[in-house]
Amino acid sequence: MITFTLNGQAQRFEGDPEMPLLWYLRDVQGLTGTKFGCGEALCGACTVHADGAPIRSCQTTLGDLSGVAVTTIEGLSPDGMHPVQVAWRELNVAQCGYCQAGQIMSAAALLKDTPRPSDEAIDDAMSGNICRCATYPRIRAAIKRAAGEVQRKTASSGSAK
Amino acid sequence: MNGITNLSRRAVLMGLGTGTFILAGGLGLAAATGALAEDAPKKYGGEAMPGGVKDDPRLFVAVAADGTLTIICHRAEMGQGVRTSWAMVIADEMDADWAKVKVDQALGDEARYGNQNTDGSRSMRHHFQALRRIGAAARQMLAKAAATQWGVPVAEVTVDHHSLVHAASGRRLGFGEVAAAAATLPVPARETLVFKDPAKFRYIGRSDVGLVDGFDITTGRATYGIDVRREGMLYAVVARPPVHGGKLGHYNVDEALQVPGVLKVVVLNSAPLPSGFLPKGGLAVVAENTWAALKGREKLKVTWEDGPNASYDSAAYRAELEAAARAPGQVVRNVGDVDGALKSAAKHVTAEYYIPHLAQAPMEPPAAAAQVTGDKCEIWGSTQAPQTTRETVAKVLSIPPENVTVHQTLVGGGFGRKSKPDYIAEAALLSRAMDGRPVKLTYTRTDDLHHGFLHTVSVERLEGGLDAKGKPVAWLHRTVAPSIGATFTAGVKHEGASELGMGAVNTPWIVPNLRVENPEAESHTRIGWFRSVSNIPHAFAVQSFVAELAEAAGRDPKDFLLELIGPARQINPADLSDSWNYNEDPVAYAYDTGRLHGVVERAAKEAGWGKPLPKGQGRGIAAHRSFASYAAAVVQVDVDTQGKLTIPRVDIAFDCGPVINPDRVRAQLEGAVTQGVSLATLGEISFKAGQVQQNNFDTYQVTRIDTAPKDIRVHLMPATQYDAPLGGVGEPGVPPIAPALLNAIHAATGKRIRSLPIRDQLRA
Repeated sequence: MITFTLNGQAQRFEGDPEMPLLWYLRDVQGLTGTKFGCGEALCGACTVHADGAPIRSCQTTLGDLSGVAVTTIEGLSPDGMHPVQVAWRELNVAQCGYCQAGQIMSAAALLKDTPRPSDEAIDDAMSGNICRCATYPRIRAAIKRAAGEVQRKTASSGSAK
Repeated sequence: MNGITNLSRRAVLMGLGTGTFILAGGLGLAAATGALAEDAPKKYGGEAMPGGVKDDPRLFVAVAADGTLTIICHRAEMGQGVRTSWAMVIADEMDADWAKVKVDQALGDEARYGNQNTDGSRSMRHHFQALRRIGAAARQMLAKAAATQWGVPVAEVTVDHHSLVHAASGRRLGFGEVAAAAATLPVPARETLVFKDPAKFRYIGRSDVGLVDGFDITTGRATYGIDVRREGMLYAVVARPPVHGGKLGHYNVDEALQVPGVLKVVVLNSAPLPSGFLPKGGLAVVAENTWAALKGREKLKVTWEDGPNASYDSAAYRAELEAAARAPGQVVRNVGDVDGALKSAAKHVTAEYYIPHLAQAPMEPPAAAAQVTGDKCEIWGSTQAPQTTRETVAKVLSIPPENVTVHQTLVGGGFGRKSKPDYIAEAALLSRAMDGRPVKLTYTRTDDLHHGFLHTVSVERLEGGLDAKGKPVAWLHRTVAPSIGATFTAGVKHEGASELGMGAVNTPWIVPNLRVENPEAESHTRIGWFRSVSNIPHAFAVQSFVAELAEAAGRDPKDFLLELIGPARQINPADLSDSWNYNEDPVAYAYDTGRLHGVVERAAKEAGWGKPLPKGQGRGIAAHRSFASYAAAVVQVDVDTQGKLTIPRVDIAFDCGPVINPDRVRAQLEGAVTQGVSLATLGEISFKAGQVQQNNFDTYQVTRIDTAPKDIRVHLMPATQYDAPLGGVGEPGVPPIAPALLNAIHAATGKRIRSLPIRDQLRA
C-alpha cells in the first residue's frame, strides 16, 4: 500500500505501483486538469508538484509517491487566486488552454524558488512545457507580472519559503 | 462536468415552461436556406456554406428573469477566442452588461444553427454581421416589450447597459423584467433592424473583455474532449495499420487480455482507399482506464498487410517531385510569353524550394467519448466539425445523422486535425462493441503523428527573368504537391482550385509574362488541412524567390517587393486565374494590392527597415494575402559564429478589415509567428517503408519558449468601417513567417536556405 497526500488529502493506493500518476489523477481520481500531451515527459502538459517541486506526472509512478505531497492545478489555490493564475487571466495568456495547467504549475514552482526570475531562468524553467498555440510571449509576461505579486505576498506573510 | 455544459443548458433553453428563460423558443422556425432556385445569384461567404448562416435571436439569446444573458456560441473554441468574441458582438449590439453574460455551447446541429464547421478562418468573417443582427433584433424586442408595458411609443425607449429607459418619465426596466414579454413578440424583420452606432461600442474593437473560459482554463476546470467522463465509461486505444491503406493481418490478443483492467480487444475494419474521414481500422483495446488500455496494446501480437503505400519513402518521393517540377506540367495560369521572355532576359534566376509534411500536433491529441444506445449515439468530443462528425459517425454505425448528438467540448488545439472525425467514429464503434457502454478513445502522441491528416509535402520551382535594368520580365512557378483531394477521391493528382488559390496562381505581380504550372503528384498518405494550408509552401517559395530576384537585380528586397505589387488596384481574383477566392465575393473581396502594399510599408517602418544591425544580424521581409486578409512580416535574426540562430524580434503588420476583438487578433498573430518559426526551423514528418518516422516531440520537434522569437510586435491596420468585409484571422499570420525568416538569414549570413526545415543547416 502506498500512502501520500493529494491536494492536502491523505490517499491510500493498493493497486499496481507501476501506474503513472497522470492516469491515476485523470482516470481514477477524475482530476482532469492535469493533461496528457506526450506520455514521455517531453511536453510538460502533465506537470504537478511533488513536495513543491515540478514533476511530470506521466513519468512518475504511484510507487514513487510514498510519503509525498502531490499538488495538482485543482489544488494550487482554493479559489483560483494564486498570483500566477491571476496574472494568467489578466494577460489573457491562454489560447486553446490545454497546456496551460502544466505551464501554470511550472511557473508557480519557478516563482517559489526564484521570486524574480531572469529571462534565462524563465527559459530554463519553462522550456519543458510546449504550447502549440505558442502563447510564449504572454507566458513570459505573466510570470514577470506574477513575480512582483508572489514576492509581495511572501514578504507580507513572513514565510521563509 | 465543468467547463462547457451544453446538455443541461439546452434542456433549460428548450423548456419554455420553466418560465426562466425567454427569447429562446427556437421552435417552428422557417428554414433559412431552401433549395437554390436555378436563376438565383451565386452565393458567397457564409451563405454559401452548407447550412448557411442563421440570425434568429431565439436560437442564440436567452434572458433570464434575473437579467442573466445567455449567449449560444455554435463555433468550436480552439484557442481563437471565438466564444468570447462571439458573445462580445451580440452583447454589444444589445447594449448588455458583460458582467451578466454567460456563454453556452451549441450542440452540433447544422439544420438548427447554420454551418458550424470551424475552419478556414471563417467564424467572425462569416458571422459578424449576423451576430449584429441577432443582437439588434433582441434589443428591439426588449425595447418593444418595455414600450408596451409603459404604453409609450417604442421610439421613446432607449437601451442603456442592460436596461430599458423612458427618459421623458424617468422610468427604467432591466432586461430581465421585460424578458418574458419580449419572448412573445415576433422577431423584427431584417430591414427594420437599427444597428448601434459604432462610436458607442462597449466591447467590439476594444480589448478590455477577459476570456470567458479564462477562469476554467487557469484552474483546471476546463473540459476538453479528452477530459470527458461519463457514468460507467470505459477507456480505449487503438493499434492502427502503420501504412496508409494497410489492414490487419494475423494477430493474437491473448497476452493483451491478461493485462489487469483490459476488458476486450475489438477488431475495427479498415476503410478502403480513398478512406476520407473514415477510421483506419485495426485492433482496439478497451479497458477500465487508459493506462491499462495502453499496456494491453503493447501486448498485442499483430502483423499488418501494408497495401499500396508500403514503399512510400520521403527521400525518394522528394526526388520524384523534383523531377516533376523540372518538366512542364498542367498550366493553371498563363500571361504573355514566359518562355520567350526567359530566353531574352538579361538575367535568368532559378530556384527550387522543398517543404516536407507537417503534423498539426495539437497539445490535446485527438480524443472523444461516445455512447451508442440502440440506433442513437451521443458524442462528447473536441471537434472542429460537428456536422462532419454526425455524418461520419452515422455512416460507420449505419444510423441516420439526426440520431447522432454531438456535444462540443473545448478543443485543445485543432490546427485542422480536428476537422477530421475519424477518431470520433472509432469511439462510436467501440461503444457499440461494448454493448452501449460509454467509451473514451484517446490518441497517444505517437498515434497522433502516425495517423494524422498531414500537411502536404511540396517542391516549388521558380524561374524568373530580369531585364538589363533589373526589372522582372518573366515569372514561371511550378508547384508540385499531393492534394487534399486525393484523401477523398481516387486518382486526384493535381492541386485543387482552393490549393492553387492559396498563393500559387493568385500573385498580383507586375510582370508582363507569368505562368504557373501544376505537374502531377500522387498521394501516398492522408493529406489534410493544416493551419494556413497550401499558403505555407506557396508563400515560402514565392516570397523567398522575390528576395532572390531582388538580390539578382541588386535591389533592396522591400523596394523590389513593392514594385512587384505595383500601384493600388482592386483585382478580381478570376483575373489571377483564382476561381475560388476563399469562396468570397470576387468584388467585395477583390485582391486589393493597396492593402498588401500597406502592410509591407507598415511592417518595414515599425521594424526599422534599413537601419544598421550588428554583424551576424539581418532582417527579412515577406508579405502574403490569405483568407481575405493581408499580412507582412519583418523577421530579425542573429546567427552567431557557430551557426546558432536566434530571433530577437518579429514585426507583423496585419490588415483583416474591421477588428472585432483586438486582443484575440493579436494573440492569434503572436501564435502564428512562432508557429511559422516552428515549422521553418524544426517541422518535418518523413516516411520510410510507408511509415511515419517521428514518434513524439523528441523527433517531431516544435518551438519552445527558449527558441521562440523574443519580441513579437503586432501592428494592426486601423479599421475604417464596421460594415466593410472582414478578413480571416486564425491562419493568415503564418504564411509570411518562414520566407521572412529565410530572407533574414540570407541578409545576416549570405546563405540561402531553400529546403525546410532549417534545423542545423546553419551550423558550420
